[in-house]
Amino acid sequence: MSEKFDVIVVGAGPAGTSCAYNCAKNGLKVLLIERGEYPGSKNVMGGVLYRKQMEDIIPEFWKEAPLERPVVEQRFWMMDKESVVQFGYKGLEWAAEPYNNFTVLRAQFDQWFAQKAVEQGALLINETVVTECIVENGKVIGVRTDRPDGEAYADVVVLADGVNSLLSKQLGFHREFRPDEVALTVMEVINLPKDKINDRFNLEGNHGTTIEIFGDSTKGNLGTAFLYTNKESLNIGVGTTLSSMIKAKLKPYELLDYLKKHPMVRPYLEGGESAEYLAHLIPEGGFNSVPRVAGNGVLVVGDAAQLVNAIHREGSNMAMASGQMAAEAIVEAKKDDDFSENSLNRYKEALFGSFIIKDLEKYKDAAHTFETYPQYFKEYLPMMNKAMSKFFTVDGTPKREKQKEIMRSVTAEKGTFKVMQDIYRAWKAVK
Amino acid sequence: MSTTNIEEKQFLLRFKCDTKSHLTVLDHDVCMTQCPDKLCTVFCPAEVYKWEGKRMQVGYEGCHECGSCRIGCPYQNIKWEYPKGGHGIVFRLA
Repeated sequence: MSEKFDVIVVGAGPAGTSCAYNCAKNGLKVLLIERGEYPGSKNVMGGVLYRKQMEDIIPEFWKEAPLERPVVEQRFWMMDKESVVQFGYKGLEWAAEPYNNFTVLRAQFDQWFAQKAVEQGALLINETVVTECIVENGKVIGVRTDRPDGEAYADVVVLADGVNSLLSKQLGFHREFRPDEVALTVMEVINLPKDKINDRFNLEGNHGTTIEIFGDSTKGNLGTAFLYTNKESLNIGVGTTLSSMIKAKLKPYELLDYLKKHPMVRPYLEGGESAEYLAHLIPEGGFNSVPRVAGNGVLVVGDAAQLVNAIHREGSNMAMASGQMAAEAIVEAKKDDDFSENSLNRYKEALFGSFIIKDLEKYKDAAHTFETYPQYFKEYLPMMNKAMSKFFTVDGTPKREKQKEIMRSVTAEKGTFKVMQDIYRAWKAVK
Repeated sequence: MSTTNIEEKQFLLRFKCDTKSHLTVLDHDVCMTQCPDKLCTVFCPAEVYKWEGKRMQVGYEGCHECGSCRIGCPYQNIKWEYPKGGHGIVFRLA
């Protein structure tokens, strides 16, 4: 295997495969290395794939990719113990081309996508762990794998090795991540017949719904839960920052079972058959945790570069876009035959000029704010539920008086100044 | 049936086990003397870690390779590697 390539990509997830696809399409000699039995066998995602960034790589991919359902409705739940405040949007423009997003099952999707890269000419090698980058004179020149004589060389090595990115840590691109920079998420795939899903979620044909659940879904800890519809199964999952999990001494699978048994959730799952249980970390450190992304002969993309917008559940789309930007930088670098950090910084410039870093920058203080001030999830969500209950319960009290009572109950508990302060702080964190 | 506990959840999974553990507790005394809560036994999503009074039992065969133990161990007492290529957990769906 000690062959010379133009590009070696480590990891055949959305970021790595996108990079490999675009490099191969531009005539570069690409080696794509995956540690799992097949691409997708180590990857986990709640299940929403955005159309735009995938379409930028493969136009009209929805005509052939293994997708579950186009999402026509997105709901948000603010849940308390026996109640929920909901809002959402359903629009049939999302049910037709070009669509907005789809639910997917990643083990199938990733295999399909990697196959597309192979069709462009990339060489895919599965079941191979890259143990380290080969560095010579301060430049990455290849990779060492766990195969006998398993060294391979290239002008550029792209690290798409996921949230744990041991390789970029080895290179000193980032220190070990802290427990508050990652979210531990567990999920289950639960089989349910199509007509049951359509009845329960009020859907027609192949239309899909996503529900994001805040509040009691994480027992008030910083995190979210989700319930997504596939063709003939549901994905249900829950995650919090690892630091919250540790602090609250939560067992993630017990939190998942708590959610599944929750009276607001249970009816959707009734009669379903568990098919798979999955755990994964999500890099949620945001803007402040983005590591160095370019070096001499090396680039970092996707989860490995912490490119996740947790508030908008965007990750795989950012992974794909970053992989494409990396490929474009490599193609340019190849023209100049210059693979120095200076040359490859084209990627960094593209990344920082794009929606990816702009969005991460926008929310850079959000996670820290909500972790430091737990009252938003722990106090305001239950208050909101109580307020709605009071307002909509007809008991002969005039509405204006009800409004006053609700406002009084909020400010009495916390004091007007505290409430104003909390509102201002939350607004500042997401503005 | 929908699962109700971790044993049932783990039973749904396919693993291609290596004979050698990819997870190593570096010093069991640290767990014993410095870590009263044995946090890894709480947050590990696959219940890989079990405290056996004097040492930490590591059931690496059921590991999801998420990385939480490496990041979450308060004493950086867990050496965490990937299983050999093609080994470890094999997700079939999501």
